[in-house]
Amino acid sequence: MIRITDLHKSFGANAVLRGVDLHVPKGESMVIIGGSGTGKSVLLKCVLGLVKPDTGSIEVDGQDVTKVKRDAFLARFGMLFQGGALFDSLSVWQNVAFRLLRGPGKLPKAQAREIAIEKLRRVGLRPEVAGQFPAELSGGMQKRVGLARAIAAEPEIIFFDEPTTGLDPIMAGVINELIREIVVEMGATAMTITHDMSSVRAIADKVAMLHGGKIRWTGPVGEMDATSDPYVQQFIHGRAHGPIEAVR
Amino acid sequence: MNAVTRPLAHLGHAVLSGLASLGRVSRFAGATLQHLVRPPFYWREFLHACLQIGWLSLPVVGMTALFTGGALALQIYAGGSRFNAESVVPQIVALGITRELGPVLGALMVAARVASSIAAEIGTMKVTEQIDALTTLSTHPMKYLTVPRVLAATLSMPLLVAVGDALGIFGGYLVGINRLGFSSSTYLTNTTDFLEFWDVGSGLVKGAVFGFIVALMGCYFGMNSGRGAQGVGGATKKAVVSASVLILASNYILTELFFAA
Ligand SMILES: Nc1ncnc2c1ncn2[C@@H]1O[C@H](COP(=O)(O)OP(=O)(O)O)[C@@H](O)[C@H]1O
Ligand SMILES: [Mg+2]
Repeated sequence: MIRITDLHKSFGANAVLRGVDLHVPKGESMVIIGGSGTGKSVLLKCVLGLVKPDTGSIEVDGQDVTKVKRDAFLARFGMLFQGGALFDSLSVWQNVAFRLLRGPGKLPKAQAREIAIEKLRRVGLRPEVAGQFPAELSGGMQKRVGLARAIAAEPEIIFFDEPTTGLDPIMAGVINELIREIVVEMGATAMTITHDMSSVRAIADKVAMLHGGKIRWTGPVGEMDATSDPYVQQFIHGRAHGPIEAVR
Repeated sequence: MNAVTRPLAHLGHAVLSGLASLGRVSRFAGATLQHLVRPPFYWREFLHACLQIGWLSLPVVGMTALFTGGALALQIYAGGSRFNAESVVPQIVALGITRELGPVLGALMVAARVASSIAAEIGTMKVTEQIDALTTLSTHPMKYLTVPRVLAATLSMPLLVAVGDALGIFGGYLVGINRLGFSSSTYLTNTTDFLEFWDVGSGLVKGAVFGFIVALMGCYFGMNSGRGAQGVGGATKKAVVSASVLILASNYILTELFFAA
C-alpha cells in the first residue's frame, strides 16, 4: 500500500507538484493520467527516492520511505522508465537479469539467462534478441526490454512509466494484457503512467488525473466516463478546447 | 567606487564558488573511498576499467614519452653546449623524464583520453536515466561506476608512468647515439649509474595521485552532468579542464613535498 500526502516538489521556480494526495491500496492497479510535463514521472521518482520531495510524506506499508533500509525497500520495486533506461554496455539478457545476477539472492548465470529469456518472451520478444545490445533495437523493442527488466525479479510493487508509448497497437494490446496479468496473477501493486485511453481501460482498477500539481480527480475506472469533471472529460476525449490549456 | 567594487565582487564570487565546488569534489572523493572499502566490489567493472584506462592508454602515453625524451635530449645538448656540459644529456634526460615529464605529460594525455570518456559515458547514463535505473535495481552508482574506475586509474597510472619512463629514456637514447654522437654504452651507463630509486619512485607516486584525479574528475562531472546533449558536453569539458589543472597544481605540491630542500 502506498500513501502519498501533501507532496510538494519544485525545480527552481518550476513548481511541479503542489500538494499531491494519493492512496494506492495493495494489489490494485492505479493509472495516472495527465498532460505531458505535469509531473507524473517526477511523482513516481519521488516514491522511489530518486527525486527528493520538498515537503510532504510518502508511506509504503505504513513506513515513511525516507526512514527505511534502502536496499530491502528497493528490492520490492520494479520500475519501467519512460525512456527505457537500458544499460547500453550490457546485452539485452544481462539487462533483464541485472538484479538476478547481483546482490544477496544472486542466481547462477545459466538460470538467470533462462529467466531473462522467459521474461523477454512475455513481452513479445524472441530469444534471438537476448544476445543483442540495446543500441541495436528499435525504440519499441527497447521499451519492452525495459518492461522485462522491471518484472524480472517478480517485484511486489511495479511502476510503469508510459509502457505503451511508441508501440504498435497490437503490441500495445499485448503489453496491456501483460500488465493486467501481473497485477492479477502476481498480486502486485501497480502504478502506471499513460496517455493512451485504451491502455487506461485495459489496465486500471483506479484512475487518478494529475493536473496543476495536484490530483484533480481520482476514482474507479468505471466511474471515469460518467464524471462531470471538465478536465477529465477533456482529457479522455482528447478535445483541443476546454479548461486544460493547450499551451503549457 | 562601483567600478572598483564590481570586479572585486566578481572575484569574490569566483573564489567562493571555486571553494564550494572544491568542497563538493572533496565530499565526492570521500564518498568514493568509503564505498571502496565496503562490499560489494564489482570485479568485472574493475577489470574492464583497467583495460580501458590502463592497457588502451599505453600507445598514447608511450608515444608521448618517446618523442618528449628525444626532444629533451636535443634541448639539453644545445643548452649544455653553451657551457661545455654536453655530456650531461643522459643524466638530465633521465631525471627530467622520471621525475617530471613522464608522470605529468602521461597524466595529461590520460586526462584527455580517459577523463573525457568517463565523463561522457557517465553523463549520458545520467541523462538517459540509467543511473536512476541502477539505483532502483539496488546497485549503488558510486560502487558500480565510480569505485572501479577510480581504483583502476589509481593503480594503472603508475604502471603507465613506468612504461613512459622507459620509453622516454629510450627516446633520449636514440637521439643521443644517432644525432649527438654518444656511444651506446656511455649513454646507458651514465643513465643507470646516475638514476636513484626515488627519482623513479617519486614519479610513480605522482602517477598514482594523477590517476586518482583523472578518474575522479571524470566520474564527478559525469554524475553531475546537466540535462541533454549540452549537459554531457559541458560535463566532458569540465572534467578534462579540471583534471588537467589539478594534475599540474598537485604536481607542484608533490614536487615541493618530495624535493624541496
Ligand atoms: N531533474 C529535473 N530537473 C529539473 N526539472 C525537471 C527534472 N525532472 C523533471 N523536471 C521538470 O518537471 C516537469 C515535469 O516533468 P515530468 O514528471 O517528466 O513530466 P511528465 O508528466 O510528462 O512525466 C517538467 O517541467 C520538467 O522539465
Ligand atoms: Mg513522464
